[in-house]
Amino acid sequence: MAEHTGGGGGGGRESIDKAREEFFSEAQELVDGFGRDLLAIDELAKSGRNDPELVNDVFRAVHTLKGLSGLFGATLMTGLSHELEDVLDDLRLGRLDMTTGVVDLLFRSAELYGQILAAERGDRSMPEAEMKALLLALGQVTQRSGAGGASPVAQYELDPGLLGVLTEYEEHRLRTNIQAGVSLFRLHVTFALSTIDTALDELKAKARPLGEIITYLPTGSVGEGDVIDLEILMASHADGTVLQEALGAPHIRIEEVKRRIGMENPAMSLNSPPTMAKDFPLPVVWGEQGHSSHSSTPPPQAATGREQIIRTPPPPAIDKRDMSLRSVSQTVRVDIRKLDNLMNIVGELAIVRTAIARLSERAGHRPGAKDFSSELHRLHRSFERHLATMQSGILEVRMVPLGQAFDKLARIVRQISREHEKEVHLVITGAETEIDKLIVEELSDPLMHMIRNAIDHGIETRDERKNVGKPAVGTIALNAFQKGNQVVIEVEDDGRGMDPQRLIQTAVRRGLLTAEQANEITPREVLSLVFIPGFSTKEEANEVSGRGVGMDVVKTNIAKLGGVVDISSEVGIGTKMTVTLPITLAIISVLSVEIGGRAFAIPLASVEEAIVFNERDVRVIENREVMTQRGQTLPLCRLSRLFEIDTPEASVERASDGRKKFVVIASVGSRRLGFVVERLVGQQDIVIKALGKSLANVRGFAGATELGDQRVGLVLDVAALLEEVLVGDKDRVVIDVAGRTRESPEGRGDGRARTASR
Amino acid sequence: MRKVLVVDDSASTRALVRAILEDASFSEAVGGCDVIEATSGFDAMRLLPRGPYDLIITDINMADINGLELIKFVRGSEHHKKTPLVIISTLAAKNDVGRGLALGANSYLTKPFTPEELCATCTKLFDGAA
Repeated sequence: MAEHTGGGGGGGRESIDKAREEFFSEAQELVDGFGRDLLAIDELAKSGRNDPELVNDVFRAVHTLKGLSGLFGATLMTGLSHELEDVLDDLRLGRLDMTTGVVDLLFRSAELYGQILAAERGDRSMPEAEMKALLLALGQVTQRSGAGGASPVAQYELDPGLLGVLTEYEEHRLRTNIQAGVSLFRLHVTFALSTIDTALDELKAKARPLGEIITYLPTGSVGEGDVIDLEILMASHADGTVLQEALGAPHIRIEEVKRRIGMENPAMSLNSPPTMAKDFPLPVVWGEQGHSSHSSTPPPQAATGREQIIRTPPPPAIDKRDMSLRSVSQTVRVDIRKLDNLMNIVGELAIVRTAIARLSERAGHRPGAKDFSSELHRLHRSFERHLATMQSGILEVRMVPLGQAFDKLARIVRQISREHEKEVHLVITGAETEIDKLIVEELSDPLMHMIRNAIDHGIETRDERKNVGKPAVGTIALNAFQKGNQVVIEVEDDGRGMDPQRLIQTAVRRGLLTAEQANEITPREVLSLVFIPGFSTKEEANEVSGRGVGMDVVKTNIAKLGGVVDISSEVGIGTKMTVTLPITLAIISVLSVEIGGRAFAIPLASVEEAIVFNERDVRVIENREVMTQRGQTLPLCRLSRLFEIDTPEASVERASDGRKKFVVIASVGSRRLGFVVERLVGQQDIVIKALGKSLANVRGFAGATELGDQRVGLVLDVAALLEEVLVGDKDRVVIDVAGRTRESPEGRGDGRARTASR
Repeated sequence: MRKVLVVDDSASTRALVRAILEDASFSEAVGGCDVIEATSGFDAMRLLPRGPYDLIITDINMADINGLELIKFVRGSEHHKKTPLVIISTLAAKNDVGRGLALGANSYLTKPFTPEELCATCTKLFDGAA
């Protein structure tokens, strides 16, 4: 510790930058928490209830945001926090009611915080206009009454020694409880410092249903280093015996604090010793065992659990100094880029591992190297095992529950459904499904847009719904679940569904489809019309979904994450959009194959199986090669033809060395395709390297990788190929249309169009 | 070497205070500064036995044990009752600051504060204690 020379000469700038980074992530966390608390507050407000703890949490978050933004020069955030603090102060001090109007303003504030934060990071411009509007609205809510309440101390019947350590808020809660005739209790507890956080959480959880904890006062000294005596002031409707039953292990002593009505005690000074013993006269002490004849006592098995929680003496073997050195927080925040870096190293190690495996195999074929080979093989196995553990460990760290993205959506639904007179109930399942942190972050926008669409285009107004016999309140279901190596997210509404005829008419009117094509279009293709840029079934873009962002952008964004969007819809019943995503982007398992002697890799996540290819099974339907596999028609794609790799024409069925060819059956979402390849090499884990700028226009490849034997192989972009081949050669214009739907902002369409027109 | 305990539930405030106090120019002026961070009132109590400290800087509005309670505790303890103590608080919480001073805090800073303000306050208290 003493070696830590201050600042390390000139590192000031760097550490300030670091503090700023810390500010961004802390502010983001606070804003996210703010949003979550608001949802809970909203739920309660609907049934006319109010949880002061929640309001105080929000207040505390805003208060902290205000302080932080001031420190870091985020002036817009300071301004918003300042105004918001006044409103929240009124709310928590009971000067203002939690009406829906107020809750709306709070939701808008949470939204604005997010925008300001993004602007501070440089991701967008400052939302000046919304800021102005919101400040005005907030200002109108807080009609602060001049004095803001009489001086609290004057009205008090409690002793100044106690008042001296209460914050303004705590004092308010105390006063409110006293005014409501709630009894006060003093809890004497002893905790081990090392475990106090968990022990306290348990105690809070138990105390919550019974009343409110006003404050915690440490008493005595921590000279001993490892235990601390606490006096907890709690307000509760329950009587002492009930409290003793519910909270009291023998280690908790509970006293009721008798109130002195109209009795002044001016002798009590602010400098009273750090014990509250004389602040509350006439304590009534309940027995150590807390006996009671109440029938509403908790089940006996809870009592044993309680004992474990409260009795937390540190194991005597541990040095007391160690105990006091231990820090509270067991978690660290890590920049995701650091994890990426670690993952990259794992990727490199995976390549080393594969190389070792080959080496051991080669050595095995040499006459004198048998022992060496088996030794190497053992090493390889052990290496492989540890590497796999390490890889899954890192992946696990990257995983976050999808709920993170869902919280935000719940807010949006609330906001939009209020703006439009459509009542919508959002049902979320599978929020605990885990997915790569990076994917979650990129997922918010597309999901938000899909939900906006569902509310705007899908859900009908109350009256329309009643007329067709549906419940007045619409439902949007957000379901997430894991399916193999993929995560599936469904956005399903019970709205009016998509009318194919109207979709076709619109597409024709917009010149996206000719009349002839309209006649030939399949039901599946009709629904995917919405993915064409510039397609919108509403005549005019409206506030909700018409922000210049169409479903085509949703599709592009999902595709960037290696996922696909599928739509199914039934008129009058509803629409379901299904997003299928890989669990992680960091590392992928691939099947390496050979075509014309060249190495390619197919992501295993989209490989269903590989079967031996038989030329006799191939049939041609509508100009497209297909085969039947387990009763299903499977479209085929000869990669050698697609990529124009020379293979001797004569041996269509067999590869150049006379071996059999294979069909690798790949699927993404509900689409399947068989790739004809010459050789299956094996399965391995790889880290994909991007192709680089000059090749960015080439479609069909996700990137390149080293396949272990020092050979570079291209990794197929199965989703892109699948779409390209399946949309197929049969209808030029539709191909063109589809091609445009996949055009990314970088204008990648060219390479693809070239292959597709072949 | 000055040992400073910073008690705040906000990681970025702690990081900023550390950055300012451990910055070469200030640190050299006071003979080196070692900043120790406590993330809550309880954490501070855990870290107190690692003292003596030359200065304690604490936030007020913290969950569980608030800053006022911490001040009262520090002032009541044999080893730390004379340690200089600075409150960091927002302007709005005037009552809280008043109570903190009444409990024995030596000085206070309101957020937002400038590096100069923090350094000046710390220098003053270091000198007073020395």
